[in-house]
Amino acid sequence: MYRTHVMVCGGTGCTASGSGKIQEALVSEIKKKGLEDEVKVVQTGCFGLCELGPIMIIYPGDVFYSRVTVDDIPEIVEEHLLKGRVVERLVHEDEVTREKTTSLDDTSFYKIQKRVALRNCGVIDPENIDEYLAMDGYTALEKVLTTMTPDDVIQCLLDAGLRGRGGAGFPTGLKWKFAKNAVGDVKYVCCNADEGDPGAFMDRSVLEGDPHSVLEAMAIAGYTIGSNQGYIYVRAEYPIAVKRLQIALKQAKDYGLIGKNILGTGFDFDIDIRLGAGAFVCGEETALMTSIEGKRGEPRPRPPFPANKGLFQKPSILNNVETWANIPQIINNGPEWFAAMGTEKSKGTKVFALGGKIKHTGLVEVPMGTTLRQVVEEVGGGIPNGKKFKAAQTGGPSGGCIPAQFFDVPMDYEHLAEIGSIMGSGGLIVMDEDNCMVDIAKFFLQFTVDESCGKCTPCRLGTKRMLEILEKITSGNGTMDDLDKLENLAYFVKTNSLCGLGQTAPNPVLSTLKYFRDEYIAHIVDKHCPAGVCSDLLVYTIDREKCMGCTMCMRNCPANAISVTKYTPEGHKRPSLVIDPAACVKCGTCQTVCKFDAVSKA
Amino acid sequence: MKSLQELAAIREQTKAKMALREKEGAVRVVVGMATCGIAAGARPVLNTFVEEVNKEGLGGKVSVEQTGCIGICQYEPVVEVFDGDQKTTYVKMTADKAKRVVAEHLEKGNIVKEYTIGYSNV
Repeated sequence: MYRTHVMVCGGTGCTASGSGKIQEALVSEIKKKGLEDEVKVVQTGCFGLCELGPIMIIYPGDVFYSRVTVDDIPEIVEEHLLKGRVVERLVHEDEVTREKTTSLDDTSFYKIQKRVALRNCGVIDPENIDEYLAMDGYTALEKVLTTMTPDDVIQCLLDAGLRGRGGAGFPTGLKWKFAKNAVGDVKYVCCNADEGDPGAFMDRSVLEGDPHSVLEAMAIAGYTIGSNQGYIYVRAEYPIAVKRLQIALKQAKDYGLIGKNILGTGFDFDIDIRLGAGAFVCGEETALMTSIEGKRGEPRPRPPFPANKGLFQKPSILNNVETWANIPQIINNGPEWFAAMGTEKSKGTKVFALGGKIKHTGLVEVPMGTTLRQVVEEVGGGIPNGKKFKAAQTGGPSGGCIPAQFFDVPMDYEHLAEIGSIMGSGGLIVMDEDNCMVDIAKFFLQFTVDESCGKCTPCRLGTKRMLEILEKITSGNGTMDDLDKLENLAYFVKTNSLCGLGQTAPNPVLSTLKYFRDEYIAHIVDKHCPAGVCSDLLVYTIDREKCMGCTMCMRNCPANAISVTKYTPEGHKRPSLVIDPAACVKCGTCQTVCKFDAVSKA
Repeated sequence: MKSLQELAAIREQTKAKMALREKEGAVRVVVGMATCGIAAGARPVLNTFVEEVNKEGLGGKVSVEQTGCIGICQYEPVVEVFDGDQKTTYVKMTADKAKRVVAEHLEKGNIVKEYTIGYSNV
C-alpha cells in the first residue's frame, strides 16, 4: 500500500519540456532513499497547464509543483516525500491573484473550468485499465448492453443535446439515428483523431490521457447502430497517443470489453487503429473514410452521406475524439445532467487549446457559453508583457477571428457563427497588438493552399490566387481593386468547393476583411504595416545621435547595406552609420546586434 | 475475459488504492516526519496508518498526511488527528498503537486516551 502518489504529467507538452527525465530521476531518487514501497510514481495525461510544465502533483495534499527540473528532484524527495514538508519555492504563484496556491484546483486556471471530456486527464494512469475502471470506466457500456435498447441510447443523446465537437456541431444522436435506420448487413463506427489545425491538441490530449473513454464510447455506438467493427483514424505524428491507444486496446481486449461476446451479452465489437500520414484534408469525413480504405485521401461528394454509404460503401458514423469522450458520462449521469451545462442550443462543455499571446498556453475545458474574456483573462491569465488583446482566432484555418469588441460574446455554436467565426474543433489562438491581421490571414491561407488535396478547382486554384493577392498586398504592391477581387474570390471558393476544407478556407480572409479592413488599407495605400510585421513594408533606420560608430551592425550586415557617414555626434569619438534602404534585406540583424539601441524599425 | 463481478471487484480495489488522490478526507491523520520523528520511528507508524486505513475501507473519509517538527521532539513519534474542530495529539506512537487508533478512534470515534499527550509521563 502506497502512502503517497506522485503524478507526473506525461502529456505531449510536458514530455517536450522534459517530464520523461524527471520521472526517471524521481524513481531512482526514491529508490536511493528506500521509499519505493511507500511512494508510487504515476505517469498521467495532460493537466492542461502546459506553459508551466513539467508539472507534478503530490497526493495526499494535492500539492502542485510547476516547472520542475531534474535538479529539484533530490529536494522534493528529501523534503516532501520523506519529511512531508512542501517545497515552497516550487509551488505555483497564481498569475491573477499573485498568491501561492499549493492545489491545482485553486488556481485561476482551473477555477471556472468544468472538466467533462478531460475529467480523467491528469487524474489516472492512462496505461492502466484498472484506474479507468475505478473512475466508473466501462460502467456506461455495461449499462447500455444490459439495460438499454439502441433507441434508448439515441434518445438519451438527443435529450442531452450533444453536438459534434469536431466543429460543425451536428447533433450526435441524429447522426446515430440515421446510421441505425440505414439498411445494410455491415456497418462501421469511426473515430476522427486526425486533428490537423495548427495549434490544436484537444483530441491528442484525450487520447493520451484517457484512451479508454473513446474505446468505451465506440463500443456503445457499435451496439446502437448495429456495427461490429470500429476504426480509429489517428495521425502517425501523435506517437504517445498511438502508443497509449494500442496499450488501452490490448487491455480492453484482455478484459473482454472489446472483442467477441462482450460481457457475455453476445455482442461483438472490434476496433482497429489506422495511422494517417498527416494530411489536413483527411480530417474531412469522406476523405478520412477513403483513406481508411487504403486509397488516396480525397473527399467525395455528399450525398450519399456516410450514414448511408460511408466506409467501404457501407453505412457508417464518424465522430470526433472529444465527442466520444463525452458519451460514457452522458449515459452514466443522464441526459439532464449534460443538458444542464451550456447554453440553450449548445449543451455541455468545450475543450479549447489556448495558444498564441497568452500566459497559460494549454488545454482548458469550460461550459459552452463562457465568454472569450473569461477564457483569456481568467483561465488564460491574460496577455503577457502588458500588451493589449487584439483578436482571437477560433477554428484554425477554417475559422475566423473574434475582434476585441466581441470579447464578451458567449462562445457557443450560434454566437460564433453570428460574428463570422466558427466553434471549430477548439483551437483558440490569441493575438495582441503586435500581430498583423493581414499576415495572420496569409499564414492560414498558406496552410490551406499547402493542404488542399487538389481534387476540385475552386479550392485548388482559388485559394492559390487568393494567397497571391495577399502576398501582393503584404509586399506593398497591392491596389484597392485587389481588395474587391479578394473578397469576390473568397465568396466564390466558399460556395463552390467540394468539401469542408475549401468551403471554410476563405474564412480567415473574410473575417479579417470584415473587422480589420483598415489594416489592409494601410498596407495598400500607406505602404505601411501598422503592427510592424510585414518585412517588405518595414524600414530600418539608425538614429545618428545615438549611434556610437562601433560598426558592429556594419560588420554583421549580410547585404553590405550599412556604411559610415561623415557626421560625428558631439562627444562621440567615431562617426555615425547609415542604412541604405535600397540594399537593406530587412533581416533585423543590425537591430539585434546594436548595443546602444540606435536601430529602429517602422 | 472478466465477468461483471470481476470488473466490479477491480473497480472497488483500485478505487481504494486511488482514494488518497481525492480531496482531503473529513478526518486528517498527520504524522510528524521531521528528523526527530523519523529517528524515533515515525515511518513505520505512517505506513501502518496508510495500510490500516485502507484495510478498513476508510480511504475516502480519512487522509493520512505528513508534517514537519511541531517542537515536542521528546514525545516523537507524534500523530495528530483532526476531526472537524477536534484535535487529538497522540505521542510516542508505534505501529501497534497505530493499529489500535485506527480501530477505535477512526472507526468508532473513541479516542484512545492513554496514548494522548495528557496521559503521557515524559
